[in-house]
Amino acid sequence: METKHEIYYVPEQSKLPLMASIGLFFTVFGLANWINEISADKDGSGMWVFIAGLAFFCYVLYSWFGTVIDENIQGLNSAQLKRSYVWGMGWFIFSEVMFFSAFFGALFYIRNIALPELSSGPTSEILWNNFKAEWPLMTTPDQALSGDKAVVNGPGENMANPGLGNWLGWLPFYNTVILLASSFTVHFAHTALKRDNKKLFNIWLGITVALGAIFLCLQWAEYSHAYHVGLTLDSGVYGTTFFMLTGFHGLHVTMGTIMLLVQFLRSVFKGHFSHHDCFGFEASSWYWHFVDVVWLGLFIFVYIL
Amino acid sequence: MAHGPAKGLSRWLFTTNHKDIGSMYLWFSFAMFFMGGIFALVIRAELFQPGLQIVEPDFFNQMTTMHGLVMVFGAVMPAFVGLANWMVPMMIGAPDMALPRMNNWSFWILPFAFALLASTLFMEGGAPNFGWTFYAPLSTTYASDTVTFFIFGVHIMGASSIMGAINIIATILNMRAPGMTLMKMPLFVWTWLITAYLLIAVMPVLAGVVTMMLMDIHFGTSFFDAAGGGDPVLFQHVFWFFGHPEVYIMILPAFGIVSAIIPTFARKPLFGYESMVYATASIAFLSFIVWAHHMFTVGIPLTGELVFMYATMLIAVPTGVKVFNWVTTMWKGAMTFETPMLFSIAFVILFTIGGFSGLMLAIAPADFQYHDTYFVVAHFHYVLVPGAIFSITAGVYYWLPKWSGKMYNEVMGKTHFWLAFIGLNVTFFPMHFSGLAGMPRRIPDYNPLWADWNMISSMGAFLFGAAQLLFLYNVVRTILSGKKATDQVWEGAEGLEWTVASPAPYHTFSTPPQVK
Repeated sequence: METKHEIYYVPEQSKLPLMASIGLFFTVFGLANWINEISADKDGSGMWVFIAGLAFFCYVLYSWFGTVIDENIQGLNSAQLKRSYVWGMGWFIFSEVMFFSAFFGALFYIRNIALPELSSGPTSEILWNNFKAEWPLMTTPDQALSGDKAVVNGPGENMANPGLGNWLGWLPFYNTVILLASSFTVHFAHTALKRDNKKLFNIWLGITVALGAIFLCLQWAEYSHAYHVGLTLDSGVYGTTFFMLTGFHGLHVTMGTIMLLVQFLRSVFKGHFSHHDCFGFEASSWYWHFVDVVWLGLFIFVYIL
Repeated sequence: MAHGPAKGLSRWLFTTNHKDIGSMYLWFSFAMFFMGGIFALVIRAELFQPGLQIVEPDFFNQMTTMHGLVMVFGAVMPAFVGLANWMVPMMIGAPDMALPRMNNWSFWILPFAFALLASTLFMEGGAPNFGWTFYAPLSTTYASDTVTFFIFGVHIMGASSIMGAINIIATILNMRAPGMTLMKMPLFVWTWLITAYLLIAVMPVLAGVVTMMLMDIHFGTSFFDAAGGGDPVLFQHVFWFFGHPEVYIMILPAFGIVSAIIPTFARKPLFGYESMVYATASIAFLSFIVWAHHMFTVGIPLTGELVFMYATMLIAVPTGVKVFNWVTTMWKGAMTFETPMLFSIAFVILFTIGGFSGLMLAIAPADFQYHDTYFVVAHFHYVLVPGAIFSITAGVYYWLPKWSGKMYNEVMGKTHFWLAFIGLNVTFFPMHFSGLAGMPRRIPDYNPLWADWNMISSMGAFLFGAAQLLFLYNVVRTILSGKKATDQVWEGAEGLEWTVASPAPYHTFSTPPQVK
């Protein structure tokens, strides 16, 4: 229970929310125009509106987090307010879980319902020229029907499990090891902070950020390899699910790495965080564990099964 | 934080006050309600007679789509969030919402999102014309370029909803006054807690499905394209996994409002409070496992039809619990019939009619006949108009004296009620018959067989629309020159919000009250 004299801090007026809305608006307005221009093969200002909007949006977020950190340093944040932040972050991560569920659900549906339907009965015999599905889907229904004239072609190669014996030469295996390890290192950092060992905290946190960056580099290498051997976003539903699931995960790892990097810089250069006041770090580390768990799902359902 | 509101426009632009933000949500919703209403009247004017008289078929499709989108995402949802902003902190004895700046951000995204959506009306290619359910491939392969703006509009509107919901959950779980245990919370707070959970669970799924559309349209993916191994039916599954909880998002807070109003004017405590809480939670749970009842005719396996049919019918049980509880609350009560009570009683009766037609639609073999007819239109308008809209209206009449410190004009309120009540039934009841006679949804021209029903519907729609002008006038007049309201306002009203002055001070409960 809260004590009597604790007052819940309700901030004064703030320009941040309106500015953030403006930034967000120009970001998506520019992006929509840009995407339409790309599809129509036209030149236009969409990209620049997007970049300007995004830059402004990032600047507003930077100021916003800065304001919150300053308020915390001034001691305005009661224990109760900090619990609000905890709930907020927790439910935000839940919303991210549901976002990924939509894509995992799509993968499940395509493999267990859509493809069996396409390869059986009259659907296969009459509509798609006796199309038979396999997974990974290397030959699309369009190819079964139209052969060389097909518009949607399957991938040249796939990224599926090469068999346990070959895991040591298989990049996703290394990515799994790296990301799992980083979940441990971020936990070690937390333990060090709880013992007020700031030096050890910085080291473990730095290692975590580095592991995140290495993961992203390897992911990038895997993508260039995939595009090189003909596995692209538009190579049928295998390419679709592969890139969308790993791509959104990669975006989240990027976000998580930036978040942890910010906490690292705050700790090293500003001396922030102590064992009883480290919500920025804790929230980032929860997020990090979340992207790690998503990766385990990806490793099992996208790569292995 | 002791002082009052800032002067001028900056009060609204930069505010962190839950009451200001609540008011902005409510006014925004009111504006969208009129915009969506005008779209609806274009539809009804065209359907007044068979034949094409007023608009082109493509524009007609834009109107049905925009009417649905604006009413669902622009009118109903923001109205409930506005009521939550105003009432939840006051009902649980909190000084404000848990995260006041994010609260203002949630609001200010909305005008931009709807500007993005509405601007497509003036673009080449026109507004979205694929129905508010935007089924692929109508919304992907066959959509105009403006669909990209629709997609990003949905994205940021969803971000606003998620942030709003997180704020409400954090407020309810963390900001209750000492002694306000969960099972002492007013039912409006309970229903919003569960609604917020639903929002956080399904708005990201909506974001997922529009993202899949975006990728299919512009980046060559095959989610909804059988040629690449995908399936357009996948769209419907993901959409309705969002869509069914979404319809409960639009009704659960309504249950909360009505559960506040009926006890006040029956002068009896709510019957079966605990069963109300459990019924709300059960409805929320069931909402996740019934989505394919929107897809009975799409070709799902027989087992699927049966599972979704029975699960859907189960919803009648907790809903029935609620209806019986409201009726029992009124039973032998000392009832008076002020405007909020009239709207609430109409809610109970008409929502039940909508529930019964829902049961009819839940029966898979029967649904094969009803699917995509005006019977479906009649069904969901019977749950949404007297359900969501009437409860919001009831809530506004009920709490307006607390917000503004002024009493609305009762005669005008009752006139509004009767016009709306008659207009609503004249509009939507005939749709049951035109639907059963086979009239399909979303058509600008139709067989003269259905002409009489349509003419009656159209007349009712214009009556209903006119009634809302009276509502607007009454609200504005109350705020500008209403008679002073007492602090208690309603003789039988109970709860923390009635313990503060009318109008409620700019900051309430800076020190939490002790709840016994």
